[in-house]
Amino acid sequence: MAEAIESGIGAPVRRKEDMRFITGEGRYTDDFSQRGQVYAAFLRSPYARARLDSVDASEALAMEGVLAVLTGQDMAADGFGDLPCGWTVKQKDGSDMVTAAHPPLAHSIVNYAGEPYGLVVASSVAVARRAAERVITEFTELDAVVNPALAMDSEDIHAGVVGNLCYDWELGDASATDAALAAAAHVTRLDLTNNRLIPNAMEPRAALGIYDPGTGEHTLYTTSQNPHLERLVLSAFVKVAPEHKLRVIAPDVGGGFGSKIFVYPEETAVIWAARKLRRPVKWTAERGESFLADAHGRDHVTHAQLGLDEQGRFVALKVQTTANLGAYLSLFGSSVPTYLYGTLLAGQYKTPNIHVEVHGVYTNTAPVDAYRGAGRPEATYVVERIVEIAARELGMDPVELRRRNMIQPADFPYQTPVALVYDTGDYEASLDKALQLIDYAGFPARRAAAAVAGKRRGIGLSCYIEACGLAPSKLAISLGAGVGLYESGEVRVNPTGSVTVFTGTHSHGQGHETTFAQVVAARLGVDIDDVELVHGDTGRVEFGLGTYGSRSLSVGGSAIVGALEKVIAKGRRIAAHMLETDVENIDFEEGQFRLRDSNRALSFGEVAFAAYVPADYPEDLEPGLSEKAFYDPENFTYPAGTHIAEVEVDVETGVVALVNLVAVDDFGILINPLIVHGQVHGGLAQGAGQALLEQAVYDEYGQLQTGSLMDYCIPRADDLPDFLVDTTVTPCTHNPLGAKGCGEAGAIGSPAAIMNALTDALGVNDISMPATSEKIWRALSG
Amino acid sequence: MEQAGEYRIAAARELVWQGLNDPDVLARCIDGCQSMDKLADDRFDAAVKAKIGPVSALFKAELSLEDIAAPASYTINANVKGGPAGFGKGKAEVNLEADGADTILRYAVKASVGGKLAQVGSRLIDGAARKMADDFFLAFGREISGAEPVAGKPAEAAPVYETGGQWKIWVAVFVALILAMIFAF
Repeated sequence: MAEAIESGIGAPVRRKEDMRFITGEGRYTDDFSQRGQVYAAFLRSPYARARLDSVDASEALAMEGVLAVLTGQDMAADGFGDLPCGWTVKQKDGSDMVTAAHPPLAHSIVNYAGEPYGLVVASSVAVARRAAERVITEFTELDAVVNPALAMDSEDIHAGVVGNLCYDWELGDASATDAALAAAAHVTRLDLTNNRLIPNAMEPRAALGIYDPGTGEHTLYTTSQNPHLERLVLSAFVKVAPEHKLRVIAPDVGGGFGSKIFVYPEETAVIWAARKLRRPVKWTAERGESFLADAHGRDHVTHAQLGLDEQGRFVALKVQTTANLGAYLSLFGSSVPTYLYGTLLAGQYKTPNIHVEVHGVYTNTAPVDAYRGAGRPEATYVVERIVEIAARELGMDPVELRRRNMIQPADFPYQTPVALVYDTGDYEASLDKALQLIDYAGFPARRAAAAVAGKRRGIGLSCYIEACGLAPSKLAISLGAGVGLYESGEVRVNPTGSVTVFTGTHSHGQGHETTFAQVVAARLGVDIDDVELVHGDTGRVEFGLGTYGSRSLSVGGSAIVGALEKVIAKGRRIAAHMLETDVENIDFEEGQFRLRDSNRALSFGEVAFAAYVPADYPEDLEPGLSEKAFYDPENFTYPAGTHIAEVEVDVETGVVALVNLVAVDDFGILINPLIVHGQVHGGLAQGAGQALLEQAVYDEYGQLQTGSLMDYCIPRADDLPDFLVDTTVTPCTHNPLGAKGCGEAGAIGSPAAIMNALTDALGVNDISMPATSEKIWRALSG
Repeated sequence: MEQAGEYRIAAARELVWQGLNDPDVLARCIDGCQSMDKLADDRFDAAVKAKIGPVSALFKAELSLEDIAAPASYTINANVKGGPAGFGKGKAEVNLEADGADTILRYAVKASVGGKLAQVGSRLIDGAARKMADDFFLAFGREISGAEPVAGKPAEAAPVYETGGQWKIWVAVFVALILAMIFAF
């Protein structure tokens, strides 16, 4: 079984899907076209907040090739519902968060620059866009609320949302935390901003809506990370079409990073227009539209206090955060700064008292929702910055301070003061390996050498933890989630022994076609090239909740394992029948169904064929070899690790070079380390982008100033060092693969490490992200 | 965004002030200016059809004047709307100072822009606005003095224009700058 070893669990198999991607054979939403297809261009508000007075489409409608100009009022008249938020956060006083109505297309008030209020449908993209410029819309501009820190003291932007406050949420014991802080020998205080980011998936969002008047079926091709959830929301809440008459297909998708989880106005409008006009309607975002109207990420303002005793043990952490939710609640916008943030504030440490309160506020900016890491980078940034600064204030080695407070292997399962129970981990193992990889002991010499060259060199750590594998349905629903977060898997063995696997997760760069095939091939003993993965189509996959929160392998993969076990159980019954014995006597290993204590065996392929050619089956044995399973995790998974950054600052120019970035992560059992490392690399690049380069800027009127790649700087290859990436392993204790998830870690751990390194180099603590050369130069120039 | 500029025009201040008042001059200096209507002594509407790069639109400007001190200075508030192309609003202060036989014209604009143009980035817009302002004043200087209005360069005597409607130049200046910002992407 040399083949199985080369492609088995833990083998660095090259991604099966890459050949089509790198040869241009991938098929993305925009690659699908239909006979009679027409094109949409959206009408977007130029104002951050304004009353929509009138829309005059006469000039546009007179243009050749223009089929229709549809507005939010038309959509409202057709009885469409609002876009919902899928997670209802409870406030301190027990009441539900205050949800502002979010019509897919604005019909009376626009609340952010770029908000769609209508669309032009025309025979070509060019005509649609030209016609959109001819639509004369009268607005009455209203004062916009832009700065989240001031939102609660500004004019209310939504009727019924007092002080623009969506929720006032807390977690942890406030009085115990306050008391412990008051009694602490030392308190470190920190104010920080988690900068607002724009996701920038390589493929912009797109949608193709098709309506079949004969059957009443709607088909929506769209760039979604979770097509079943998209269908559920569009049918149950927005009332686009009944669920059994709506098929959502998310084909190849070129990156999501969270931004394609959500149900957006555009695809809603496209499928509506297709039915209304009885023509297939396509829309593909221009890059500028992506900047304006994709859900943004992060955007927190935080004050934190960490109390320590005389021995440097953490006694209390108190965190107060204002989170900008944007103009409307996006699909999971409410959960990101609460349950995906406050729950992670224990980090890797035994801090006994933690209290966090979060004010989620509305502003006249694009909706804010999950972006790679989603809440966990924000939590890590708070914890790891304040721990580092505490070490500096106490004159302690930051490594030693962390060690002194880390949860130890013997402490698991570990109940944190902020709701989570960590199942397993070995934080010092990752820390030690990372220190060794970066040659921590050799840093003083490197710093001295840099000083000779006129550079300031700094080093910084970040020991992060994340809760992944979203999510235990029971827990999530008890905390306000509107859906379960289990996953489905189906293994369909074909008569010739090849295997088609169906998953409700979605791959948009994660390499599922390879990783999942490795899982299946290893268990069934078949070649991975005989395993095909089907995903991203509600017409083919029974159900699923998609891909986010590093859940695909640990939750979706576990569902597939469940289905594999059922297939094997059925195969054993078939083999028992063929070998004329009882099923108890049949073992399955390495692709062979064996009669125990004999040399009689049937190959997997023989049993598969017999399953579909049941010449002499007994009554109680059904033909076929195809099984489904659902998997609902009993807990989150807890990937954790240590990232260490080393930077060098040119004091003359303020230019910072990220010279070393080490990541040692514990993702549990790895199926494919090559893919895992690739995921970490991508996350580290985005983390470095957040720390050093990226910032979404709105001016005081709510106009997006960073609306293109000219002004929004994402990392380029020469901004990044060769990453040093390694892993440690403590298997997840509660899923059959022992896997924890690896998709977000790079973006979660690295910003704090880079900023700790930078502030170490500069000798100041209050540089904010992104630490541009201008900011650094100003700090150095005093 | 903010922008300021200075031009030397080879004509006496009174002549410049008067020269700024000829609607024909304005029409020649701003391409696509379709109308300028005086609604009151201190309120005006202007419409300019313009196409720069991929965008073509009719921009409508509402302007109001304040701090008029003829022939020395003036402030214009403007609200310019260009539909989907975007909008601009802001304030322009313009100053004329006699310097020997010449006049030094200074302007300072504070404006904010919205819609598509705000997205593009002020770096681009600033440069383009500067160029448009330069083009406008070059054309204007040529009109009024027959010479290029380059700083420090003495010019020939300028032709005299009829008086009346001096607000229009400032309208023109402002519209030109706002348009420059709007179109510079």
